[in-house]
Amino acid sequence: MIHLTIDDRPIEVPEGRSLLEACRENGIAIPTLCYHPALEPYGACRLCVVELSQAGRKPRLVASCVYPCEEGAVVSTNSEMVQRSRRITAELILAGSYDTPEVLALGKELGVTEIRFKLPEENACVLCGLCVRTCSEIVGVSAISVIQRGISKKVSTPFQVKSSRCIGCGTCVLICPTGAFKFESVTGFQYVSPSQSSYRLGYYRLGGELDLHPTYEQDITALLANPKEGE
Amino acid sequence: MVTLTSPALLDNLRVKLADSYKPDRPCVTVCGGTGCRVYGSEKVWEAFRKELATQKVDAKLSMDVKVTGCHGFCEKGPLVVIRPQGVFYARVKIEDVPEIVSETILGGKLIDRLVYSDPQSGEKIAHEEDVPFYKNQYRLILNLNGDLDPLQIDEYIARGGYGSLEKVLTQMSPDAVIAEIKASGLRGRGGAGFSTGIKWELCQKNVKKTGKGYIVCNADEGDPGAYMDRSIMEGNPHRVIEGMAIGAFAMGVHQGYVYIRNEYPLAVKHLRYAIDQARAYNLLGKDILGSGYEFDIAIKLGSGAFVCGEETALIASIEGRVGEPRPRPPYPAESGLWGKPTNINNVKSWASVPIIIDKGAAWYAGIGTENSKGTMIFSIVGKINNTGLVEVPMGITLRKLIYDIGGGIPNGKKIKAAQLGGPSGGCLPAEHLDVPIDYASLTELGAIMGSGGLVIADEDTCMVDFARYFMHFTQEESCGKCVPCRIGTKAMLSTLERICAGDGQPGDIDYLLELAETIKSSSLCALGQTAPNPVLTTLRYFRDEYEAHINEKRCPARVCKGLITYSIIPEKCEGCMVCLRNCTSSAISGEKQKPHAIDPKMCSRCGVCINLCKFDAITVN
Repeated sequence: MIHLTIDDRPIEVPEGRSLLEACRENGIAIPTLCYHPALEPYGACRLCVVELSQAGRKPRLVASCVYPCEEGAVVSTNSEMVQRSRRITAELILAGSYDTPEVLALGKELGVTEIRFKLPEENACVLCGLCVRTCSEIVGVSAISVIQRGISKKVSTPFQVKSSRCIGCGTCVLICPTGAFKFESVTGFQYVSPSQSSYRLGYYRLGGELDLHPTYEQDITALLANPKEGE
Repeated sequence: MVTLTSPALLDNLRVKLADSYKPDRPCVTVCGGTGCRVYGSEKVWEAFRKELATQKVDAKLSMDVKVTGCHGFCEKGPLVVIRPQGVFYARVKIEDVPEIVSETILGGKLIDRLVYSDPQSGEKIAHEEDVPFYKNQYRLILNLNGDLDPLQIDEYIARGGYGSLEKVLTQMSPDAVIAEIKASGLRGRGGAGFSTGIKWELCQKNVKKTGKGYIVCNADEGDPGAYMDRSIMEGNPHRVIEGMAIGAFAMGVHQGYVYIRNEYPLAVKHLRYAIDQARAYNLLGKDILGSGYEFDIAIKLGSGAFVCGEETALIASIEGRVGEPRPRPPYPAESGLWGKPTNINNVKSWASVPIIIDKGAAWYAGIGTENSKGTMIFSIVGKINNTGLVEVPMGITLRKLIYDIGGGIPNGKKIKAAQLGGPSGGCLPAEHLDVPIDYASLTELGAIMGSGGLVIADEDTCMVDFARYFMHFTQEESCGKCVPCRIGTKAMLSTLERICAGDGQPGDIDYLLELAETIKSSSLCALGQTAPNPVLTTLRYFRDEYEAHINEKRCPARVCKGLITYSIIPEKCEGCMVCLRNCTSSAISGEKQKPHAIDPKMCSRCGVCINLCKFDAITVN
């Protein structure tokens, strides 16, 4: 077992836990956007940063979703440094997604009061990479990937043409936290929505507990079993 | 080629080669580095070959034309050195070749117009070793660059090459090699400056545990203006190979990779050629020098993403995945290429290894300062007389580097700042020129050693524009995986662009500082974590320039186009029509012999007129 201190509380976790897992298991809220318990952590949204103090080092921010629990670590999940970093990061996400309700709600929760910089085009995709990782890690198909880099980065299919590998399962659409995923741009299949706007938001909500839709797993299993071919 | 199945065979070969590769044998060395090739050195050495035959030089003395690697003095290319005398000619053209052969080679006379004249003293200097640019350097890694034919493994062997590998395989244990590297104090030359010995030790421990591992030479050099790694690989590829083979033996690794940019075709070619030659001699392969040790190197080409110089992104790229960094831990020494322990070192670090083994850790540790040992290669570019590659001991001052070796600032201008460490580094103002350059002192001042890029800014450089340039670079090169780097650098760049365009607002400086703090502290990899450094250091040392741009809408260095206007002083204008005819935006009007005028609305502030005016009649306000 590993012993560490989170927010002044002594915490004991089995070896191999990330800081985020340790926090959530102990009811400590951490906002996330690119994290999903079923997928390998990605460390891209940087909303889950916490302040880590270790002997002999200056306190620093680490992404809790990927940082392992280490013996004797002292972690603060809500310090001023953490709050400031999350607020600025949320403001930066809003710079590209200023009309997306889920992102606006997130910004409000993290204390963003104004968006000082906006990209020329609104885009609901926040490049959390959940769709890409689901397609590769859960579905095992890898029909989509990120292409290009920096500010031009986006999720797409190889050569930006409709994928022949896509099985039309729709998991990418389901897992997208902002409703940005355009199913029709990927595949010739038709997406049958299981009316799932309530799937969204669950992943980054500040409540600590994961807020997954009760039928989430069944739905994915059903979709995987019967990919519906579009007309 | 013989297969060297034992160390004794390598020794024999070296003895046999010694005669044909005497360091003082007469030859014309022409720099074949990429820089001099751009200046046309290929045609120069062809002309030499032809001319030596035409003038029947052979009848009097045996004289070769040798195409070497980069000599480093790129400002003056194509460079020609006539050995053994060491006569140094700069900016040699094909037309000069017949005269050089008849006058200097056969006649023993100097050709005055080709002799180098020192920009500071005006003194004429005939011999390479007396040129201040070379004289004040301490060349350990680059020492053979202007001397060897990089396509000849024999020449490298004749100069003692692969002797360190032989020593390691016959006399040292892996632990002893690591202890030696640790004791030398060598720190990673790629930027972070981590102890190479400790890194090797970590990797060795993990390789022992898992039974497999890799080493990688990081040759994805990408800082603007930095090209020392390229020059080492072009000019002396065998030293890199030898260093890697020694490291592989120390860490118990049997496969190495060189991750090199595809934009370095000559370095790739030379490295490929060198690896093939080393294999043919059994210096790479299944049973190196009959020792039973197996090691080979494969080349992986990068496709021009700066971020792939970051070690985890580099690993992803070698594995064929998207070149994105991943969070550490685990560090590559634990889980790197294909999940196996992997040690990644920069080209300069690998090239230092044979030297340390050859001369000993104590000798190497005697060079440099308390916490920074050995030599560092800088590429000096920007507003400097002697653009080029220089190798100096750690602890040298910037002033010595810039004035004694770099030849000072052109046109008698004053130096304003030096940007160290490329886009991840910071700029130091002129008042810090006397600080000794080592890892600790640079970090304290907000800059970093980085990979050795050194960009000089003079009094005509606008520091806001300077910071904007570097921010533009990192913003373009951000991989886009994490939010602070992807969008944060764009937000910073946009703010800087606004300030330069004259649309700066009160609060912009605070906004930049706020963004910089978050990007530095929360980005995923070192690219983002260091991207704000140029802005932070210019704000620290040149805040007044930012304030002038924002509050007074004035660019003190008269660079930012949104904040300057060009006008003609009627009293000085002779009405020669030169500016009028050459104006790129037809903004100048006037008649012959009458003062002209510039329409500020049409003027694009390109600066052509000011460069062409012979009467200093055009001013920038």
